[in-house]
Amino acid sequence: MEPFVALRSAAVPFARPNIDTDQILPARYLSRPRDDNHGAYLFRDLRLATDGSEVPDFPLNQPHWRDARIALGGRNFACGSSRENAVWAFYDHGVRAVIAPSFGDIFANNAVKNGMLAVTLPAADVATLIAQVQADPAAEIAVDLPSQTVTGPDGATYRFEIDPFAKKCLLEGLDEIAFTLNHAEEIAAFERRLGRDNY
Amino acid sequence: MPGSEAPEARTMFEKIWSRHRVLERDDGQTLLYVDRHLVHDGSAPAFEMLRSRGIAPRAPDRIFATPDHYVPTDPRTRQAIPNDEHRGMVEALERNAAVSGFRLFGLTDGNQGIVHVVGPEAGLSQPGMLIVCGDSHTSTHGALGALAFGIGSTEVAHVLATQSLWQRKPATMRITVDGKLGFGVTGKDVILAIIAQIGAAGATGHVIEYAGSAIRGLSMEGRLTLCNMSIEGGGRAGMVAPDDTTFQYIAGRPFAPQGHDWDAALMRWRALPSDPEARFDTEVTLDGDAVAPMVTWGNSPEDALPIDARIPDPAMEPDAERRAIMAGTFAYMGLIPGTPLEEVAVNRVFIGSCTNGRIEDLRAAAAVARGRRVAEGVTAWVVPGSAPVKRQAEAEGLDRIFTEAGFEWREAGCSMCLGTNGEIAAPGERVASTSNRNFRGRQGPGARTHLMGPAMAAAAAVTGHLADVRRLMVGG
Ligand code: SF4
Repeated sequence: MEPFVALRSAAVPFARPNIDTDQILPARYLSRPRDDNHGAYLFRDLRLATDGSEVPDFPLNQPHWRDARIALGGRNFACGSSRENAVWAFYDHGVRAVIAPSFGDIFANNAVKNGMLAVTLPAADVATLIAQVQADPAAEIAVDLPSQTVTGPDGATYRFEIDPFAKKCLLEGLDEIAFTLNHAEEIAAFERRLGRDNY
Repeated sequence: MPGSEAPEARTMFEKIWSRHRVLERDDGQTLLYVDRHLVHDGSAPAFEMLRSRGIAPRAPDRIFATPDHYVPTDPRTRQAIPNDEHRGMVEALERNAAVSGFRLFGLTDGNQGIVHVVGPEAGLSQPGMLIVCGDSHTSTHGALGALAFGIGSTEVAHVLATQSLWQRKPATMRITVDGKLGFGVTGKDVILAIIAQIGAAGATGHVIEYAGSAIRGLSMEGRLTLCNMSIEGGGRAGMVAPDDTTFQYIAGRPFAPQGHDWDAALMRWRALPSDPEARFDTEVTLDGDAVAPMVTWGNSPEDALPIDARIPDPAMEPDAERRAIMAGTFAYMGLIPGTPLEEVAVNRVFIGSCTNGRIEDLRAAAAVARGRRVAEGVTAWVVPGSAPVKRQAEAEGLDRIFTEAGFEWREAGCSMCLGTNGEIAAPGERVASTSNRNFRGRQGPGARTHLMGPAMAAAAAVTGHLADVRRLMVGG
């Protein structure tokens, strides 16, 4: 996994609440292998019309936001289906950090496992950031994981909380499976202790 | 801590959580042991991740699998799956089962079905268990008094490799529904009413326990429907305390404990319900007497209203931002503000899914379909949740009731709930659906979904529009 430390970039806003992972990655792309470029499917049905032409006012089609590496989301961002492909779509497109007032739990978990940072900030702060990038699409936002801060285009700094282990995994690009396999003995001891009827 | 001598009152969630604790880290993360790992035909990427690391599944005897997302629901064999990618997903599952040695209820197996229908039905999902599956509706299994939640592909790979999962302890929420559900009101209506009240993010970060007399009065199948949609309210998991309804449901199922083991299991299971003094982080209440048959009008499950209501009018919405969001929803859904819900005409009806594809659901739909005809211009499908549900329905003659009324009677699978197998509605088509998500494009690009219970969906099929099923029911 590629480590995540810090990032400064334009930020593409998706302000609507309850944007679900079916929007982020439509179901018909779920059978594509991981090494496919999932960036091509990101918000496919909102970004492109049925004839394949770009929907002009969709944020990802705006010149300054095409290559944004940060996304701003509304409340309950990426709720719904557990499809990790939704994270792959952002990742392959180049987005490495998403900032929102709240996330679908599974999406937030999936993000960390793929080296993508999901930052939760108070709704008012996210609204401020969205208003700022909408007023000036070229404006940049900075995300710094070691200090756990987001810096807005105006220099205002917002501190965010993150699970210490998630932070460590992101900073070091740690493979959690390898980490847990170091605990194989404890898992085996648990299995012996409780036998088959541990529930 | 003063008073720590006295046994602490614990919630059911806490009892299950602490029983599955392998180890705890200083940073508050807990490694939890997984009793049952359910797998479906969308799980191929996780097996790839494992293979690329050269690791084999740690406990194949704890893995149970069935293809559901990519299987066609017209008459089928594997060779008959026309789409290469879809067939590839089903074949990958078969290969992974053969290589890893876990139990697969394959395409032509008598137990095949939607993974969340199969688990409870086979007796694989039991009280007190920790159950995971790479699918968000794993919350379904909590209806049996288990802690069950959905995970992503990397987490599936982690569970395959280690039979365990790191978790930070979630908060607890109790949703109490007291009272007696009215005529024609089902578990589906209760959960839609709950989500309408708390919102689609209302339970984010929480494990929900459903309690109260209206919940205890639900059948096992009603509870499965209820817990299924916990994720639609943002919940990590949903659960109902096991009771005699639960035990009667499990007894005698293929993987249920038997004989002495059954007695021992019952002893453990009876100790699971939350202690009377146990505290929850959040409490929510809902009046069971007041719940009516519900339908959704928008693109979030929180957009649910009683069937006798009118579609809201954005002009009445004071908040400009909300007004703009509603305008987008109306455009997508092709609705006119202020219209009575019952005047909304439908093109298609889908009865099935892990929410409402069980035998009781099909009985409820058949009771409405009996002796009636699917309205002109409406295409109506009944897709049993599993092969055993299909057999049972056929034994009861439900298939004939449906086909005589003009419904299509199909094979088991996820089908139009998500359409990954290609069974989708056309752009602009309006679907009355018993599934769990009305997201834009969920049933196909441009398709418009209205969620409701199975009897309500049957009522929509025979009337051609969203309809109050109570008027079509005997005694109504
Ligand atoms: S029926 Fe629908 S919600 Fe349930 S597992 Fe299948 S696709 Fe998912």
